[in-house]
Amino acid sequence: MKTLVLVEHDNTEVKDATLAAVTAASKLGEVHLLVAGADCAGVADAAAKIAGVGKVHLADDAAYKDMLAENIAPLAAKLMADHDAFVAPATTTGKNIAPRVAALLDVMQISEVMSVEGDKTFTRPIYAGNAIATVESTEDKLVLTVRGTAFDKAEAEGGSGTVETVETTGNAGTSEFVSRELAKSERPELTSASVVVSGGRALKDAETFEEYITPLADKLGAAIGASRAAVDAGYVPNDYQVGQTGKIVAPEAYFAIGISGAIQHLAGMKDSKTIIAINKDEDAPIFQVADIGLVADLFKAVPELTEKL
Amino acid sequence: MKILVPVKRVIDYNVKPRVKADGSGVDLANVKMSMNPFDEIAVEEAIRIKEAGNAEEIVAVSVGPAKAQETLRTALAMGADRAILVESDEDLEPLAVAKILKAIVEEEQPGLVLLGKQSISDDSNQTGQMLAALLDRPQGTFANTITLEGDSITVKREIDGGLETVKLTLPAIVTTDLRLNEPRYASLPNIMKAKKKPLDTKSPADFGVDTAPRLKTLKVSEPPVRQAGEKVEDVDALVAKIKALGIA
Ligand SMILES: Cc1cc2nc3c(=O)[nH]c(=O)nc-3n(C[C@H](O)[C@H](O)[C@H](O)COP(=O)(O)OP(=O)(O)OC[C@H]3O[C@@H](n4cnc5c(N)ncnc54)[C@H](O)[C@@H]3O)c2cc1C
Ligand SMILES: Nc1ncnc2c1ncn2[C@@H]1O[C@H](COP(=O)(O)O)[C@@H](O)[C@H]1O
Repeated sequence: MKTLVLVEHDNTEVKDATLAAVTAASKLGEVHLLVAGADCAGVADAAAKIAGVGKVHLADDAAYKDMLAENIAPLAAKLMADHDAFVAPATTTGKNIAPRVAALLDVMQISEVMSVEGDKTFTRPIYAGNAIATVESTEDKLVLTVRGTAFDKAEAEGGSGTVETVETTGNAGTSEFVSRELAKSERPELTSASVVVSGGRALKDAETFEEYITPLADKLGAAIGASRAAVDAGYVPNDYQVGQTGKIVAPEAYFAIGISGAIQHLAGMKDSKTIIAINKDEDAPIFQVADIGLVADLFKAVPELTEKL
Repeated sequence: MKILVPVKRVIDYNVKPRVKADGSGVDLANVKMSMNPFDEIAVEEAIRIKEAGNAEEIVAVSVGPAKAQETLRTALAMGADRAILVESDEDLEPLAVAKILKAIVEEEQPGLVLLGKQSISDDSNQTGQMLAALLDRPQGTFANTITLEGDSITVKREIDGGLETVKLTLPAIVTTDLRLNEPRYASLPNIMKAKKKPLDTKSPADFGVDTAPRLKTLKVSEPPVRQAGEKVEDVDALVAKIKALGIA
């Protein structure tokens, strides 16, 4: 089988999410990559070095600069004439583009693949991960998005793929990129950090969240996450949300602080190796999944913990 | 402008889903069902656009069992004007739903289709993007804020690194994220009024759509259960545990 993996990048660097998708694709067969962007030859060269990669298809055109689905999907669909599976990371970029590719190919997509069970058989979570479905595709071509925490990352170095330039499919002309507000942070990235400290509604407001969560995260070299309630209330930006409809994380250690443990939150973090919960309610559902629990007022416990670590 | 809002009947988000013992699926018998929460956000946004004078009519559509009428009545009670039920007892895949929606869009010619970003049942996150592809129209997924201006719509999107803004030419497809708005509750008088609003019933065959599934579900199983660990007495004990794990 020949796969085509969508490389996630910012025209300068290959994003880590790509590497898990490469691993998933390599379980199906030959791995080809698609680098679509503008002035992104450097990305294609870097992508060619990913271990196990065969060909890198480079589409370099201003129309691809901002990964607009309207422009990328026709390109991917065209290249799929010579490939059997389109594989994208289940990031907001992959989720935006892959279903559009699937529809152009008249194929049902399999979302958030967690394991490859056979040529056409995969597992995926449904109902906020409260059930795992094993699904088999009956289609000639596959379109998959891949859950990053479910596959090891392919080695970024060591491969010797070849870069081949492909023709642009042009600009659909119906959408236009305006701007991007990206949070700049020195912290590890939430989905790949080995320690995550998350705060919930109990943190009261943005200042309090910062005052209690940040020093602990600093001490642990951790990424910061949050529950939906904390995001909705504006304590932290939207991209901190961990859960069914936010980010999926599986760090070595996950700290849930003042988070009740709703199923939608658990869906995003219950594959963490060790879960540590601090909550003042001893019956909070988070304690049903926590390896280590402390029933305490976080406003006392967290500063003490930060101090003593 | 007309706005089309597809709404799905799903398990209520407060219910903990249980896998059936025979591994054939999730047990939905006697389980509370509601409108998919992202679709409530879509209905709310459509109403706000109409209230701002930028739309004349809101049409809610659901593809699902006869009971999905209840979901459509909820949309009508919130403020949609008219509803279409495409009745099907099968749980149709996003591609089939998108094809049915495409046919409805061609009939109704809405300027905007507002969908949820994801059903909390199948967690697919596909239908809006597929519909946009089938119609060859622009898509603004995971919308945090939308602004209409003449023949275009500006969508601020929730993305992994933060927020991104795109400008789309109408007609367009938009899918909602959690922060777009807070949906209203339907008032009792509006629930009563909604009973008299028009609700058409159709079938997938009326649109000539082949709804045969493309994926076979071989089995549905419980995820590995996590055992609750232990509770520690105080912060000192917690520190000791954390150090023993080598995290700090
Ligand atoms: C469609 C949909 C999608 C959703 N997606 C997500 C998602 O992706 N991620 C997500 O997180 N949620 C999601 N939710 C929301 C989810 O259902 C919960 O509402 C949310 O997770 C609750 O956040 P919380 O635990 O911070 O708040 P709460 O449930 O209010 O819990 C706060 C906790 O803090 C504790 N507490 C209060 N004060 C203190 C103190 N001083 N010290 C210690 N503990 C204290 C309380 O005991 C309580 O357990 C979604 C909901 C819907 C409907
Ligand atoms: N059966 C359906 N009837 C109406 N709308 C649907 C249906 N299935 C999906 N949708 C719409 O598509 C969105 C995304 O669903 P999904 O692709 O299944 O995650 C939902 O939030 C709805 O707006």
